[in-house]
Amino acid sequence: MSEGILEVSDSSFDAEVMQSEKPVLVDFWAPWCGPCKAIGPIVEELAGEFGDKVKFTKCNVDDNPVSPGKFGIKAIPTLIFFKQGKIVDQITGMVAKSKLEKSINGIL
Amino acid sequence: MEKVDYDLIIIGGGPAGLTAGIYAARARLNVVLFEKLVPGGQILVTDWIENYPGFPEGISGVDLVGKMADQAKRLGLKIESNEVVSLNLSGKVKKINLDSGMVTAHAVILATGAHPRKLEVPGEDAFYGRGISFCATCDGPFYRNKTVAAVGGGDTAVQETLFLTKFARKVYLIHRRDKLRAAKILQERALANEKIEFVWNSVITHIGGSDGLDKIFVKNVKTGEEKELAVDGCFIWVGILPNTGFLGDSVKLDEYGFVIANNNMETSVPGVFAAGDGRNTPLRQVSTAVGDAAIAAFSAEHYIESLKN
Repeated sequence: MSEGILEVSDSSFDAEVMQSEKPVLVDFWAPWCGPCKAIGPIVEELAGEFGDKVKFTKCNVDDNPVSPGKFGIKAIPTLIFFKQGKIVDQITGMVAKSKLEKSINGIL
Repeated sequence: MEKVDYDLIIIGGGPAGLTAGIYAARARLNVVLFEKLVPGGQILVTDWIENYPGFPEGISGVDLVGKMADQAKRLGLKIESNEVVSLNLSGKVKKINLDSGMVTAHAVILATGAHPRKLEVPGEDAFYGRGISFCATCDGPFYRNKTVAAVGGGDTAVQETLFLTKFARKVYLIHRRDKLRAAKILQERALANEKIEFVWNSVITHIGGSDGLDKIFVKNVKTGEEKELAVDGCFIWVGILPNTGFLGDSVKLDEYGFVIANNNMETSVPGVFAAGDGRNTPLRQVSTAVGDAAIAAFSAEHYIESLKN
């Protein structure tokens, strides 16, 4: 696991994401998904830059089907930003780092 | 010779850009490649490539482009994650405006690729990520034992539909004509696959659902008959559009927006070359992209050489 990104599971999702004081980004991914592998390093870079203000997490949808199901996720990569347990932004597919930075700055 | 930051700037990090980078690095040009996401491009969403020589069992798109990137880096290519927002190619010094500021070069290779075309029907955007998908390798596993629709009749549509049958109970393959355009070997596999039900001469008119996508409306273009199909997802492979919007009118494009380049990969502007899916070419494959890119790098090297004389 990469430094600064917390792996969340179906059992820890509520505590780590929904109950978090800090805003949370969840990167829903799976090992089979090429674009997820591609977007991973970008999320890691962002974790380095914004890690003090935002909690960066990732959720393997292959091992944890309940959490993505709860949010109707049927495509990955999907990044969801949560603030006080509510979805404030959601991005599906590969996007440029600049767009993600904009999203993060938008929710802070 | 004018002072510039680089001999050559390559825009785009798919197979074309990486190949151009391999050739330019070996020519010892001062070269950089700018990629707005990460190296790969459309190949990252390609399940399996079996027509690229050298891999007798085939290879996944992710693995193939990963090897290309490793090879380019090993030979000294500098790859930067940066988006080109605009450029000025008219002078002898090519000016490239990045997110992070302007850089200059003697020559530029446009390897910007393409992106999937949308159907442009109601419901498509609303259900993107909640039933609409353009990537079978990403999203196919969400549809284990489900019923899905796939749209298109070319290589990509048929190849990826075959991949979907590994998961889905049933796949409707909807095509606007009465026969497929895909390579014969793919057609044979699809026609023999019992999970695929062909919906010929038909187009999707709109996409519906309550929480997630649960139905599509299909119209037969010959008879005008309309019907509703209950599906859990819908995958769209109806061609591509070039990533050339940021070029404005700086180089000549064809009527569909693809960069016009000749056999030497020279565009309408001296010192600017093009290769890959973003170029006007009769065939868009990994093998054609890398071939064209080798020529583009060769032409760029000669162009830069000529400036010294």
